[in-house]
Amino acid sequence: MRTFDPRRYTGFFTITLACLFILYAPLAVVAVYSFNDSLSITRFEGVSLRWYQDVFFGLEAGKFRTAAWNSFTIAIMAATAATMIATAAAIGMVRGGNFKGKPASFALISMPIMVPEIVTAVATLIFFSAIGFSLGYVSILVAHIVFCIPFAYLPISARLQGIEATFEEAAQDLYASRWNAFRYVLAPIMAPGIMSGFLLAFIISLDDFIITNFVKGAGVETLPTAIFGAVKQGIKPDIMALSTLLLLFSILIVTLSYLIGRTGDAKNPE
Amino acid sequence: MTNQTPIAAVALRSVGKDFGDFTALKDVTFDIGDNEFFTLLGPSGCGKTTLLRMIAGFEATTAGTIHLFGDEIETLPPDKRPVNTVFQNYALFPHMNVAENIGFGLKMLGWSKADIDARVAEMIQMVQLGQFVHRKPSQMSGGQQQRVALARAMAPKPKVLLLDEPLSALDLKLRQEMRAELKSLQRETGITFIFVTHDQEEALSMSDRIAVMSAGEVQQIGTPEDVYEHPANRFVADFIGETNLLEAEAGTVDGQSVMCQFGGSSISATTTGAVAPGQKGWLSIRPERLTIGTALGEGSIPARIGQTVYLGTDTQVMAHLEGGATLGARMQNTLAGADRLTEGADIHLTVAPGAARFLVE
Repeated sequence: MRTFDPRRYTGFFTITLACLFILYAPLAVVAVYSFNDSLSITRFEGVSLRWYQDVFFGLEAGKFRTAAWNSFTIAIMAATAATMIATAAAIGMVRGGNFKGKPASFALISMPIMVPEIVTAVATLIFFSAIGFSLGYVSILVAHIVFCIPFAYLPISARLQGIEATFEEAAQDLYASRWNAFRYVLAPIMAPGIMSGFLLAFIISLDDFIITNFVKGAGVETLPTAIFGAVKQGIKPDIMALSTLLLLFSILIVTLSYLIGRTGDAKNPE
Repeated sequence: MTNQTPIAAVALRSVGKDFGDFTALKDVTFDIGDNEFFTLLGPSGCGKTTLLRMIAGFEATTAGTIHLFGDEIETLPPDKRPVNTVFQNYALFPHMNVAENIGFGLKMLGWSKADIDARVAEMIQMVQLGQFVHRKPSQMSGGQQQRVALARAMAPKPKVLLLDEPLSALDLKLRQEMRAELKSLQRETGITFIFVTHDQEEALSMSDRIAVMSAGEVQQIGTPEDVYEHPANRFVADFIGETNLLEAEAGTVDGQSVMCQFGGSSISATTTGAVAPGQKGWLSIRPERLTIGTALGEGSIPARIGQTVYLGTDTQVMAHLEGGATLGARMQNTLAGADRLTEGADIHLTVAPGAARFLVE
C-alpha cells in the first residue's frame, strides 16, 4: 500500500517556501534592520547596536521600561491565576466522568480562542464600564486572566488525559485524602503539563495587544501598547530593536513550553 | 454451639451494582474469613474486579452492605478503609523511588519518619529489593515493580489485602514463582488476601477458597478441590480446568447416583442436587479421569481412537464412542517413545469411579 506523502506533489516545495517566506520575511526584515546603523528603515548602512542602546538608555527608555514591567508582572500574575483555574477545570473535565453539560463546559472554557479577539475586547470594555470597574492595571490583569485560561487549559488537559486514574486511586487507597492525592501524586506527574500551560499563558498575556488596548484606560501601558503608541508617531529603528528582543523572548518561552510539555512522557507508563 | 461464630473479614450482603442499564453485580452474599486466601475467579466482565473495587471503595454499591470485621464500610471513602490494593498495572508513583513508594501510605497515615524508615526497611527486606531502594519504578523490571507494589500495599498493615490480577502482566515463569511467593507471604503475615483473577490455574494453586463468578453472579464458592471435583453447574465445570461436557438425560436415580443417557451411550454419574428421571442436563467428565485400555472391563465403554495430540507430559486423545459422542482423554506419557495409540484403533474407555458428574444446568 502506498502511503500518502505530500512531498510527492508537484509544487509542494515552492508552496512551502512561499508560505515560509510570507510568514517570516517581515520578522527577518525587522530583525535585520534593528542592527542598521542609520535612522532609515529602508536603507541598510552597516551593522550597529545603537538602537539596542537606545531602547535601554534613549529618550523613551523610561516609558518602555515601565511598559515592560507592567507587561511582565501582569503576564506572571495572569498566567498563574489562569493556570490554577485551568488545572482545576482540566481535573473536572478529564476526571469528572460524563457529566451533564460537559460539552458546554468545554465550549465555555475554549470560548476565548474561538471568539474573534476584537469581540472579547469590546465586550470586556462594555462589561467593565457597565459595572463601573475603573480601567487600568487591574482591569488589564482581570481581562488577561480570562483569555489566558484556554491556552493554559489545553496542554494541562492533554497531559492529564495521558495519566491513568489508577495513580490517584492508588494514592487514595494508601490513605491520601483527595487533596493529598493531588498534592503528592497527581500534581507532580502533571507538572510538565502545568508548566507548559503556564508558559503558554504567560506568552499569550505578554504579547496581547487588542484586548489590552481596549481595557487599559489612560496612562497604563504594556509593552505591545507602548510599541503601538510609538509606531503611530513614525517607525524608528529602536522599535525594531525592541520588537526583535520581544520576538527572541517569545521564541525562548514557547520553545521552553514545548520542551517541558514533552518531558516525562517516557517516564509515564503506557 | 458454644463457640461464637468468628467475625468475617469481609461480609457481603445482597451486594449489587448497576452501571446505568447494565447490571455488573447481582445479589452477592458471602463471607470471607480472617486469614483466608480468597480468590474471585471468572472471565472478564463477570464482575469480579467491580466487587474488589467496591471493597476498596472505588465504586459505590447500588444495593446491599459490605462489612469489614463487623464495621460497615460502604459509605467510607477509599482513604478511610483499612484495606490496601495491589493494582493490575501496579500504579507505582513514577516520580517516587522504591522507598518513597513503599512509605507513601505510612506518610499519609502520619507515621513518624523513624517509624516509616523502619517499616520500609522491613518491607524491602520482605520482598528482597535491597539494592533497588533508590531506583525509580521505570528503572525496574515488571517482576520487581510487582514486588514494590506488594510491599507498598502491605506496609500499612491492612486488615485485608486486595489483589487485582497482579500477576497478569508477568511472563509465565515469573508468574509461577510469584504464586508460591504470594501464598507463603499470606501464610506468614496472616493477612486476609482477596485475589482477583481470570486464570483458573492461579486460583486453584493459591486459594483457600474460590468464588467462581459469571455474569455478575456467584456460581459457586468452595475450596479448589470442591470447585474442581464437585462443580455446582455447567459453567463452573467448564471454566475450571478441562472437561468433556455432553448433553445428557437422567435415567434411573439412586440417591446421589444417576444413570445418564448421552448420545446412545449410558454411564453412572454423581450429582448433588435433586434430579428427577428424564431431566435434561450435562454430563461432565474430566479428561484425566478416563483410562484407555484394550480389554473390556467393568463399566468400560467401547470407543475408537480419533485424533491424538502430543503435549509433552500428556497425550490428548479424542475417543469416538459407538453412539456418536466424542470424549477427550488425557494419557500421561510415562514411557518415552511409547506409541500405543494409533488412530482408528478400537479401545475401551474406563471412567474412574465418581468421575462422571451430572449437572442440571
